[in-house]
Amino acid sequence: MKAIIATTVFGIIMMFSGILVNNKKSVAAIAAVLFAALLGVNIWDLASTSASATDNLFFNKMLRIEHYSVWFNTVMTGCALLYVLLMSKEIQRVGSYVAEYFALMFFILCGLYLLSSYNNLLMMFIGIEILSIPQYILAGSDKRNLKSSEAALKYFLMGSFSTGIQLMGITLLYGAARSFNLTEVAAVMQTNALNPLALAGIMFLMIAFAFKVSAAPLHMWTPDVYDGAPTPFTAFMSTIVKAGAFFAFLRLFQVSFNTISEHWTLVLAIITAATLLVGNVTAVFQQSVKRMLSYSSIAQAGFMLFAVLAVNKFAWQGIIIYAMAYSVATIGIFSVLVKLKDFTYDGFNGLAKSEPLLAFAATIFLFSLAGIPLTGGFMAKYYVLLAVVQQGQLLWLVIFALLMAAISIYYYFRVIIAMYFKPGTPEMASPVTSGDRILLIITCILVILLGVAPQLFLNNI
Amino acid sequence: MILILLVLIPLLSGILSFAVRGEGAKTLAVISSMITLAASAYVSGTSYTQGLEFSCDWIPMLGTKFTLVADGMSSMLCLLTGIVTMVIMLTQANKDVERPGAFYGHMLLSQAGLMGVFLAADALVFYVFWELALIPVYFLCSSWGGEKRIPVTFKFFVYTFVGSLMLLAGLVYLSLQTPGTVSYAWADITRAGASLAPAQQQWLFWLIFIAFAIKMPIFPFHTWQPDAYEQSPTPVTIILSALMVKMGLFAVLRWLLPVVPEGVAYWSQTVVILSVIGIVYASLIAIVQTDIKRLVAYSSIAHMGLMSAVAFTGNGVGMHGIMVQMFNHGINITGMWLIVSMIENRWGTRDMNSLGGMATAAPRMAIALLIISFANIALPLTNGFVGEFMLFNGLFIGDGSVAHIATMVFAGLGVILGAVYTLNMVQKVAFGNVAPMTIKKDLSVNEYAGIAIIITIILFLGVYPKPLLDLTAGMIATAP
Repeated sequence: MKAIIATTVFGIIMMFSGILVNNKKSVAAIAAVLFAALLGVNIWDLASTSASATDNLFFNKMLRIEHYSVWFNTVMTGCALLYVLLMSKEIQRVGSYVAEYFALMFFILCGLYLLSSYNNLLMMFIGIEILSIPQYILAGSDKRNLKSSEAALKYFLMGSFSTGIQLMGITLLYGAARSFNLTEVAAVMQTNALNPLALAGIMFLMIAFAFKVSAAPLHMWTPDVYDGAPTPFTAFMSTIVKAGAFFAFLRLFQVSFNTISEHWTLVLAIITAATLLVGNVTAVFQQSVKRMLSYSSIAQAGFMLFAVLAVNKFAWQGIIIYAMAYSVATIGIFSVLVKLKDFTYDGFNGLAKSEPLLAFAATIFLFSLAGIPLTGGFMAKYYVLLAVVQQGQLLWLVIFALLMAAISIYYYFRVIIAMYFKPGTPEMASPVTSGDRILLIITCILVILLGVAPQLFLNNI
Repeated sequence: MILILLVLIPLLSGILSFAVRGEGAKTLAVISSMITLAASAYVSGTSYTQGLEFSCDWIPMLGTKFTLVADGMSSMLCLLTGIVTMVIMLTQANKDVERPGAFYGHMLLSQAGLMGVFLAADALVFYVFWELALIPVYFLCSSWGGEKRIPVTFKFFVYTFVGSLMLLAGLVYLSLQTPGTVSYAWADITRAGASLAPAQQQWLFWLIFIAFAIKMPIFPFHTWQPDAYEQSPTPVTIILSALMVKMGLFAVLRWLLPVVPEGVAYWSQTVVILSVIGIVYASLIAIVQTDIKRLVAYSSIAHMGLMSAVAFTGNGVGMHGIMVQMFNHGINITGMWLIVSMIENRWGTRDMNSLGGMATAAPRMAIALLIISFANIALPLTNGFVGEFMLFNGLFIGDGSVAHIATMVFAGLGVILGAVYTLNMVQKVAFGNVAPMTIKKDLSVNEYAGIAIIITIILFLGVYPKPLLDLTAGMIATAP
């Protein structure tokens, strides 16, 4: 609860700091401090909520702040802090409105906090909008670049379209349940399962969310937007924002529709299979690492959908650890990518010779994305697999997903092969400072810690 | 406590090795491998009477504990790992590699992974080590291998990774069937697996088995192997063929046969047939090879085929034979590769047709080649004989049906073919006119030491195999 207020206040402070402070560096420093403070507020929140609390309803039951929502907020804020520290220099280089960029990130986090604890469909809608609108701006923030503007426009048009579908879904659901409240909707679903209005509403909501998390066949915007947007913002969009959308997806379907899962599981399973297939197979054919990473984010979304499919307690743990492992590794690999001038695979040739630490860190991040044991990615994949296997009816999907994970080895390892086994000297866009090195080492340790001791990040959930 | 050292010593010295510049890494590797060997010898010495165990909490919420257990089979394989790694480091001592720190670091890390696989008594720990052993080998082959190393190693990696993922799905499924909450302990996994309905065990069998079949490798999952062996630098080839393929067979004995017994019963005929096809097929291909490295690679497939065939016939003598033969095959193939690498080093080629006259030019090497080749074709008084005899003994116990007789006949054919290609190779390499040598030198001191260890073991276990038989005897009566 405190975090929601804090992030809004910090966002506003950030906007004004743009007027008061002219120096980009100081703005970035203020932002880093505020993100750290926000993490502190989240931890404070965490300390004051217990897993068994009952007085967790706020704003006329619009929000229900549960232990795992606060935990998710904390984890994602931690990722955001890591992101700001790693990317700070690149963010300063995007354009002249640095303070605004950071302010928009605070607002995105506000949307994320709402999405992790909404208890009302209207709040969900507001959360999604707060999460999305700053993103449209961030995507177009490199105003001199035509591709960036194109990305923003495309994202905005497609996003508005999906918002329309989502509103339609909420309306239909209201028609069936006569309430926006999640628990009341859940109660109606249980008694009156086969209301066609409700089923149509669920499908509309599923489509809208599938768009937000870039699941096939609604993934078309993703590669263009991720590729066109300035690279540091791509990293933010494809990790923290996506995780927030996923958490909202999971929350709605777990809380309200879990009793009638037999009516939507198959559709979602097919969406998941399609996402895995499209993401992995298309990523194989990419020549640019940045574009490959945007397809890989589609592929990873396929795995995160597993958590939504599995209606059990492992799903919550699964989404939190997946979101964290995926975000940390992706932010890490993007922070290596932005150091390079050439985003193609050839641009990585010989990186292990010229920048051994950068190459090593990138290898750890790619291992994590590929799901090699002892990295966070393995534990994450493992948790969502556990969740779906326990659900019991989707073993075909599990096998299919594992085959797709094997395909993913191809494109992740291509980067490793380029870095370690191909000759060449990569052109650097900016020098690697010792601060960067320390941060990369910390990120690597985080990735490995997630893989070795996931219980540290999943306490009491 | 000693068990965790078996993993920790190579792991820590491996990590340390990356930081060492220059020749220090080599010394570190030799010392580390000697200490590990001593520790594994101690472990095999104690488990005559009692099994050792090491256990601590790992991820309690997943019901997984970091448990290592040494019984006869695992301590035997740890000992093999210790000996082979030591011999590799010893014979490697007078050779230069690029970036020695990274090279020996990866070697030691893969040793740590292997030790972990052989000792793990918890399915998740087993899985983690199973993958961990693979990754250093991937980097070793890709960085220090032959010309076509990158695509070949990549193929190898993808093959094994696909298998591993299937294995993971199988293990997750089994862990959820355990009584109470999730558990990965070996005892719980086997109990859960054995209590499943036969139909479930039948598909679960393949989910688990494919990973092991790829690793062993069993026909038709073997296609990664000859290329990978050929392209890898010799020390890595030894790790692959003497130790990593044993991981596959070991895993079948520990994590497949007792886990899904009904599934094994249903599919064993199929696997035996595939294995026998593998024996004959690999032997026939070995006959036409002119590259000695490829020849040894195919001969290894044939030997592993025999072991896997016996593993799935499932009787006591045969099982005991597999344990013995796993050790012996590891020793013999190590010797074989060492000789091959020396030939390549001295003559600058691996083509049998342009080799010859080793008996005149390098008589000690030729004697070693002869003894190791004899062990490879299981001549009496070599260790290979003991193992192979027990294997065939196990294979011959059966119902006497047409299929059973055919299995025996074709598996037996493998032995004859084995003699054909091995002796043919010996004849071409050791005798005839002396082919021009690039380095005119017989065995150097450290090579002599490495080969001497191998030959001593070959002859000792050929004459007096009792220690090895005793070490693994307990495994048959009380499966792990």
